[in-house]
Amino acid sequence: MSFAEIQQKAGRSWDRFQSGETPRVLVGAATCGRAAGAMEVMRAFQQGCAADTTLTPIEIHEVGCLGMCYAEPLIEIRGPAGDRVLYESVTPAMVPDLIQIHLGQGRPVAEHALCRMLPQEHSDNGEHIPGFTDLPMIRHQLRIVVRNCGFIDPTDIDHYIARGGYSGIVRAMELGPEATIEEIKLSGLRGRGGAGFPTGLKWSFARKASGNPKYVICNADEGDPGAFMDRSVLESDPHAVLEGLLIAGYAIGANHGYVYCRAEYPLALERLRTGIAQMRANGLLGEDILGSGFGFDVTIKMGAGAFVCGEETSLMQSIEGRRGMPRPRPPFPAHAGLFGKPTNINNVETLAAVSAILEKSGAWYAGIGTEKSKGTKTFSLAGKITRTGLIEVPMGISLRTIIEDIGGGVLDGKGFKAVQTGGPSGGCVPAKHYDLPVDYEHLAQVGSIMGSGGMIVIDKESCMVDVAKYFLGFTENESCGKCVPCRMGTQHLLRLLTAIADGQADENDLETIRMIGDTMKKASLCGLGQTAPNPALTTLDAFMDEYLVHIRDHRCPAGVCKALISFAIDPKSCTGCMACAKVCPVEAITGSKKQPHVVDQQTCIRCGACRQACKFGAVLVE
Amino acid sequence: MATTQRTEIATIDMAEILKNHGHSRDNLIPLLQDIQEHLNYLSPEAISRVADHLGLSENDVYGVATFYAQFRFHPPGRHRIKVCQGTACHVRGGGMVLDAISRKIGIVPGETSPDGNFSLERVACFGSCALPPVVVVDDTVYGRMTARKTEKLIEDLE
Ligand SMILES: Cc1cc2nc3c(=O)[nH]c(=O)nc-3n(C[C@H](O)[C@H](O)[C@H](O)COP(=O)(O)O)c2cc1C
Ligand code: SF4
Ligand code: SF4
Ligand code: SF4
Ligand code: FES
Repeated sequence: MSFAEIQQKAGRSWDRFQSGETPRVLVGAATCGRAAGAMEVMRAFQQGCAADTTLTPIEIHEVGCLGMCYAEPLIEIRGPAGDRVLYESVTPAMVPDLIQIHLGQGRPVAEHALCRMLPQEHSDNGEHIPGFTDLPMIRHQLRIVVRNCGFIDPTDIDHYIARGGYSGIVRAMELGPEATIEEIKLSGLRGRGGAGFPTGLKWSFARKASGNPKYVICNADEGDPGAFMDRSVLESDPHAVLEGLLIAGYAIGANHGYVYCRAEYPLALERLRTGIAQMRANGLLGEDILGSGFGFDVTIKMGAGAFVCGEETSLMQSIEGRRGMPRPRPPFPAHAGLFGKPTNINNVETLAAVSAILEKSGAWYAGIGTEKSKGTKTFSLAGKITRTGLIEVPMGISLRTIIEDIGGGVLDGKGFKAVQTGGPSGGCVPAKHYDLPVDYEHLAQVGSIMGSGGMIVIDKESCMVDVAKYFLGFTENESCGKCVPCRMGTQHLLRLLTAIADGQADENDLETIRMIGDTMKKASLCGLGQTAPNPALTTLDAFMDEYLVHIRDHRCPAGVCKALISFAIDPKSCTGCMACAKVCPVEAITGSKKQPHVVDQQTCIRCGACRQACKFGAVLVE
Repeated sequence: MATTQRTEIATIDMAEILKNHGHSRDNLIPLLQDIQEHLNYLSPEAISRVADHLGLSENDVYGVATFYAQFRFHPPGRHRIKVCQGTACHVRGGGMVLDAISRKIGIVPGETSPDGNFSLERVACFGSCALPPVVVVDDTVYGRMTARKTEKLIEDLE
């Protein structure tokens, strides 16, 4: 089949999917949806629709993630009148109403609706449901990498093709490899895996390198705790990434690609396997792709649970069947990578942007973003933020817009203290930089990094010493141990931070932290050790007073560090509702109904469950 | 006896699994993953069969297997409880959930309960950071957990 014929066939299948003829239920069934109960809701729809004989046959589909994870499970219903409404936080108990009223009578159920997916074309029976693009979470976004996420069925290649998919590789083949690389250079795209290296330049190194065969790798390891952009894209639109990999292979002259995806992402792996089989069935993979003479194949490698394997040289060791330990560069992978051959490695998001750039043009992409940081960036919003989820915004947008307008501000109005960007390699940006434009340069200016795009919002009830200690605990555990500065440095830093959190440190220890941190930055072999001290160093810079209170006064002002706090109940505000006593895991709280309760300090293990449970703010932490 | 049965199944599977993988070194990790998928852990016998198949020393195979967090060398419990300790889960009480489960079943992370019912693991991040804290029980992901909800979940499993 020619590509034009493939497109026609895909177009017909997409038109059928989009048309109002068959009422449909679309279930957001990426991992976030599933974790919130999407599969039970889907079963309720299947059973409910089958049982209702008055309904016309309803089609039920799984789709990916729209990014509004806070509102999961998200269900879109396309009613008999052709209107499309997205429902939020759907439970199986709500399903009978949704079936009867929306699918049956064609009236949206306004009380559960989050938005309409189509602009207001259909009658509004008096109810007020905002449009999708009017939602505060969506309004500031620009969807390029996540262009299809949540809109298409990720297991149907036709949907991807009908929305412009694989026309990028077709265009690349018309341009030829050299001009394809020029197109990427023109776009200004920089690698989204962390370091921000210009993608076009990286490709040209690999193209020029001599050696045969050559390889391309998609880095889907995403080991950063708190980051889930790559997972969402793989689960929701695997072909966007696979097409990017195919283009990369064509551009540098590689006939074989690998996707290295972590085992903790079983659904992403499944979507990739399905995607690869569909590519093959459509002549988009194999010996002679679309009659061009170019041959390409893809192998999936499943990671085995080591954060350091996200580092490129380590990742290649792992594919080769060895311990994933980094090696010094040079030689760079472009010259001697996988199996000693020229290799190009790119992140998931980078590749998903590549397919869009080839489809739409480099100049188009370069028109978005800032001078040195082109295009868009996805972020995963998590932590103490109202609307958690996955977003994509143009580079240069302010932190405040991301957190306040898109994310809905800090959870429960507890006050913004800082945002941790870039995962364990990154740093904390304190509140005074709330208006900072978010791009590579500005984040670096304030001592943090873009990293892969994790954003953990920290409120005034979080302790910065605890945050730093948390990250050092992570990197200490994940250090591969090959080089001394990182192996010893992470251990030592963790010990010092623990001493501070336990109230057993003195001020000289802060100097020691700085000294060790500087040494690790300079002397570690790979990025893990070079960046591991960042969370400690940036919190020290911005929150010195908090460290000092721990050290001098043996107090944790945020009430987090267990060794320094105790819980007590304020008899004046306690209503005696007993909620705290019910959640206390060690039965340290006593008191009778409607009487003030008390905490037995001997039994209390300072877990903080009581404070969370009390609706009256009566549990005090000292 | 249940145990002998288990070994027999394992033996039969092993030949089949080995047959599906080539003899070059880059098959090592996929092979170990495949075996663990069927056997639930890597037995000494499995390691030695893999070493033979790839022409590597057992030491070498152990060296690789122990490097990665995924591999287990003892059979896990009938229910595997994994609690996320990633950043987002940490700041929203993931530690509290882990402590509560640990107390409830009386084992620390990395252990299997003496009756073989549960094993408990801490995991670096499941990528469901938008719904913290996250607990995964036997491959089902549960978001927005509390200590209380997780205790209930475990009671229902028992
Ligand atoms: C410790 C460590 C972990 C990393 N983890 C990842 C990862 O999970 N995913 C990723 O794409 N890049 C990761 N990187 C960056 C990669 O080494 C590499 O720079 C990237 O995959 C290149 O792709 P890009 O140019 O498209 O960004 C990691 C780097 C280090 C030092
Ligand atoms: S810096 Fe750390 S992770 Fe990297 S090679 Fe050295 S010990 Fe291993
Ligand atoms: S939950 Fe609060 S109000 Fe209720 S008994 Fe406990 S401390 Fe008192
Ligand atoms: S902090 Fe935890 S252990 Fe202490 S009283 Fe509150 S709920 Fe009980
Ligand atoms: S931090 Fe728990 S799932 Fe990512």
